[in-house]
Amino acid sequence: MKIISTKKRWINLFIWIVIIALIIAAPIFLPVFRLNLLGRYLSLAIVALGVDLIWGFTGMLSLGQGIFFALGGYCSAMFLQLNSSQAFPHGIPEFFGLYGVEKLPFFWEPFRNSIFTLISIWLLPASIAGLLGYLVFRNRIKGVYFSILTQAALLVFFNFFNGQQKLINGTNGLKTDVTQLFGQMVGSEIMQRWFFWITATLVIFAWFFARWIVRDRFGDVLIGIRDDESRVRFTGYNPVVFKTIIFSIAGGLAGISGALYTVQSGIVSPQFMTVPFSIEMVIWVAVGGRGTLLGAILGAVFINYAKSLVSEALPASWMFIQGGLFILVVTALPEGVLGWVRRGGLKELLCLIGINKKLETYPSLEVNEQGEVKS
Amino acid sequence: MQLILESLFNGVAIGSVLLIAALGLAIVFGLMGVINLAHGELMMLGAYSTYITQLIFKQVSFLNPFYDSYVIVSIGIAFLVSGTVGILLERTVIRRLYGSPLETLLATWGVSLILQQFVRSVPLAYGSGLVIAIFISLFTPLILSDELLHGAKGKLIRACTWGVSALIGVGTGGVLSSLVSKLSRASARNVDVTAPSWMRGGIDFLGSTYPKTRLLIILITLISVLVVIFFLDKTAWGLRIRAVTQNRPMSECLGISTEKVDIITFGIGSGLAGVAGVAVSLLGSVGPNVGVNYIVGCFMVVVLGGVGNLLGTILASLSIGLMTDLIGAGRLLTIWPDMPSPLASTVDFFATTSMARVMIFALIVLFLQFSPTGMFPQKGRMVES
Repeated sequence: MKIISTKKRWINLFIWIVIIALIIAAPIFLPVFRLNLLGRYLSLAIVALGVDLIWGFTGMLSLGQGIFFALGGYCSAMFLQLNSSQAFPHGIPEFFGLYGVEKLPFFWEPFRNSIFTLISIWLLPASIAGLLGYLVFRNRIKGVYFSILTQAALLVFFNFFNGQQKLINGTNGLKTDVTQLFGQMVGSEIMQRWFFWITATLVIFAWFFARWIVRDRFGDVLIGIRDDESRVRFTGYNPVVFKTIIFSIAGGLAGISGALYTVQSGIVSPQFMTVPFSIEMVIWVAVGGRGTLLGAILGAVFINYAKSLVSEALPASWMFIQGGLFILVVTALPEGVLGWVRRGGLKELLCLIGINKKLETYPSLEVNEQGEVKS
Repeated sequence: MQLILESLFNGVAIGSVLLIAALGLAIVFGLMGVINLAHGELMMLGAYSTYITQLIFKQVSFLNPFYDSYVIVSIGIAFLVSGTVGILLERTVIRRLYGSPLETLLATWGVSLILQQFVRSVPLAYGSGLVIAIFISLFTPLILSDELLHGAKGKLIRACTWGVSALIGVGTGGVLSSLVSKLSRASARNVDVTAPSWMRGGIDFLGSTYPKTRLLIILITLISVLVVIFFLDKTAWGLRIRAVTQNRPMSECLGISTEKVDIITFGIGSGLAGVAGVAVSLLGSVGPNVGVNYIVGCFMVVVLGGVGNLLGTILASLSIGLMTDLIGAGRLLTIWPDMPSPLASTVDFFATTSMARVMIFALIVLFLQFSPTGMFPQKGRMVES
């Protein structure tokens, strides 16, 4: 247990107060459009936390988080569609009429219940992730093979959702912005404001949750698996259990994130399951700093914000910038921006341009006033 | 009989496209453990070079009489174009990342994004000029003798070759764009490669027609596979490549220049992607996204076939092709019409191209439960294998 000085505690408290005040006040000084964008990006931060848990801490690069993201989105969208479909023929969502479907497919039925929906938003993706993960990890499939398999799984889910018009409206997806919740339109300004607050709160909760996971001995095992899985196994731990649990947790986080993103963007469609989107999630974490939870959140929010700004100004150049980011982060900044700053990268940069004086000795040999070696 | 033949032909046709696309990927992955997500984009470059070759043969008067043979020429050109870009990629990005395959995967994805946007926003004429410039600057140092390249004079000569190749590149770009007006503007639209007259139509055999383009693709695949097998089994460099694939540190100890082996392997793997691009361009229209459609299929072939084994790659792609046709076209129902109804409705449910993919993936995951490292696993005593 680390002893935190009172001064540091006060600073922490101050930072939290500022953050909470900013969240509460955001709707006042941000126009609706920007607020909505910020809310979406914050919801993406939750899926980024999941990616960080499995990639940054456990070393498994999943290129299929879009599956769980979209599943969460579909769960929430199905509930919202059913909730406001009384006016349509047969009391089922409008799009069914287009394909001549008169009876609700069986798996839609339970989504009439709001409690069931709230649970299934995270439980359904988490259990699918757990099952898929167990089947893969059990055979000690890892590294690149794991990445490829998750990507293939993503494509399979995409094909399934894209092709089944009669079950879930296929490629058109499910719209949520014109549906009703608590007697309000989901796309209305007041609902969006509430969704923003809910999202921001959940991001904080997700961060605490992820921190709780990685701070404990459980987290140590995860890092052990990342660094040398065979040794972890030889020490008597069963990596399969740990990997399945963390993959399942990441899936659940992705589901929550997808549901929040869906209600704020107004639609869920198979586009959430395309290959590029899932790889983008990895780059948010990589830029922010893999293995640092805060880095994942900041990376998701800032890169998406940059994306929307650049795409508004110069639509063609975003692909170049994004591609360049991938290469740059991997070759020059493997720890990401936050990891680089924490390692003392800013000082190095200042030395490089000649503002700070360069240290001549090894930092580890530096001695403080009491004669103790600084760590 | 006719039905079986037709089904077999379709399956082999699908499988051969997969095989030619996955061949280069499998070699590179087997050798370096590198997943090249830009492989699809190298195919795309191959497809575009077919298109450019076709336009040049059409517009330039002294090449016009040979128009019908442009497909054959474009195979060589596509190999060189994709190979050049592949070697550049290896020299600049991938060689910094050996030993960290996941990082390579992300970096090559970045490269693939850049390549996609590149063909959208750079006129094809200047794009090909750039490739030519890279090609010349990469390969002139190999032709010049070592003495010329040493010391201060060597630096000057290197700089000169770069300058000259840049000039040649710009020049070619200018000439191409003035000769062929279609290449002088950037466009994000898909383009079409028209097959020459001798490739249109089909061949009748036992009452059914087999399209000639499909037959040509099978032929191209067959020849490429044979050439690759010959290269790997009978030549000195092939022997070195196989040695490095089996045990990199040991081969290095025995004096094999792994750096050169890496360059050659990556060049050949990428060049094969270009050849695959020619095949793909004959099947449909060519656009910046053409590679993305094939890349995951290629990965499945590599995973199913196992690493560093060409036989596995061949068998895996052919069986995936046959299964796709069997499930996707609903052939089980035609073969066995009075199937019990619950089974029949299940078969019917999966009888589309996209649902066939769902089914095949499930089958592959099932297969990996029994044999986690593919059909022909590499034998070794390491913990990791």
